[in-house]
Amino acid sequence: MQSGLFELLSPNPPGWGGNLLRGLANSLLIAVGAFGLGNLIGIAGAWGKLYGGPIVRDLLETYTTVVRAVPELVLILLLYYAGTDLIGRLLEAFGYQRIDINGLVAGIGVLGVVQGAYSTEVLRGAILAVPQGQIEAARAFGMSPCLMLRRITLPAMLPFAIPGLANLWLIATKDTALLAIVGFNELTQETRQAAGATKAYFTFFIAAGVLYLAVSLVSNVFIGRIERWARRGMPAVAGGGR
Amino acid sequence: MTAISLPVSVRARSWLKPHRIALLAVAAGLVVTAALTMRWDWLARYWDLALLGIWRTIWILVVTTVLGFLLAVPLGLAQAAGPRYLALPARVFCTVIRGTPLLLQLWLLYYGLGALFPQFPWIRQSELWPYLRQAWPYAVLALTLSYAGYEGEVMRGAFAGVPRGQLEAARAFGMSRWKIFRRIWMPQATHRALPTLAGETVLQLKATPLVATITVIDVYAVASKVRQETFITYEPLLLLALVYLTITGIIVFLFRRLEARIPSRLG
Repeated sequence: MQSGLFELLSPNPPGWGGNLLRGLANSLLIAVGAFGLGNLIGIAGAWGKLYGGPIVRDLLETYTTVVRAVPELVLILLLYYAGTDLIGRLLEAFGYQRIDINGLVAGIGVLGVVQGAYSTEVLRGAILAVPQGQIEAARAFGMSPCLMLRRITLPAMLPFAIPGLANLWLIATKDTALLAIVGFNELTQETRQAAGATKAYFTFFIAAGVLYLAVSLVSNVFIGRIERWARRGMPAVAGGGR
Repeated sequence: MTAISLPVSVRARSWLKPHRIALLAVAAGLVVTAALTMRWDWLARYWDLALLGIWRTIWILVVTTVLGFLLAVPLGLAQAAGPRYLALPARVFCTVIRGTPLLLQLWLLYYGLGALFPQFPWIRQSELWPYLRQAWPYAVLALTLSYAGYEGEVMRGAFAGVPRGQLEAARAFGMSRWKIFRRIWMPQATHRALPTLAGETVLQLKATPLVATITVIDVYAVASKVRQETFITYEPLLLLALVYLTITGIIVFLFRRLEARIPSRLG
């Protein structure tokens, strides 16, 4: 096993390195898409929870509670089957043909809905941490809700939201592994196929682990920079700097 | 109404606003529609298996959180106050566990160790071999290590957060190091970590269905089995979601009881 290590991991066809890297690219694509979609849902959800009517608030509360209490794996299966089924039926109802939902799109959609629930809570907390005066001042200047969100609320809440959002990004990169169970060819699935074909389980699972870890560690460097940028001009947090 | 029961009724009224009654009616309507129009005839046949699955999920959850917490205490302590040669490995362990997906760790242990162990005759002849051939020890090991990795980080913060004066006072009373740890440091750190522990335990519950991918029959595996054998998709999954919601509710309730046992003041 030792002698064949480099042949096994080489990116050229007899080796499986290329498959692993393709899987990593797919994983990252899904993670970016799901994180983006989750944040869009999160912004809308946080806005609805803070400023929406009583019914909107209760519905959003149900959404975040249920999604955060049920395992991602179950949600992925439920949303995957229900979502593709629903879209198929809608298309049929409007007289179109059923289409096969792309695994990538389905993965992004499903993980995005899951991320959205967590993101809603993170952003709600962050918006609450913005000093009230700033938002009142924006209202006093007659800003429309949209303009206020874009110019005041979102930039002002960013420093409070970034630690939570950074956690969500790291969770997103790792949650892509769950799509292996619905058969999508992301990194974990590719790894299992490579390991199963060559019987070199340790080699491939450790190689994939190193790739995931590298994604996390590189992300951490960027997160640190973004956080410093978002906090520019703000006083240091007491007891921070560790 | 007596004066004593008034606060409860006020609280109930403030919760049961008109729109909530309407929403509850809609929800009840959905449940009744689901019960009447969806197929539930499979339930009687799989009832025993489902109960076994729920029991196994809870069993795995309890065993791995308890073992994981016991492992997390030294991990947190090493990082918070240990010498460098202990702190560094503990930090590396936590980073690796938190930086890779649990599914990958689980498969690494199950397929990797599962392929490695049979190569050693002395392992195959040992008394542990009948257990090592089953899937659940790997599931328990992977989930325990994962919980310990996340919790080690939490406990590091909790140990470091206990006010210095508390420990100095304990030392001034002439307590031994072990007694300080047992009576002062550990209880205060655990109390600080309790809200986070509750969240992590819910996350651990949500991680348990992964063990179904290595052939452990938990409640999720039972639902998958129903789906494959009867071709009914939604009903088992919806019921499964309900089971997890209930267990989450129980976990949150138990931790809240535990937190309430120790009075704390808002600073």
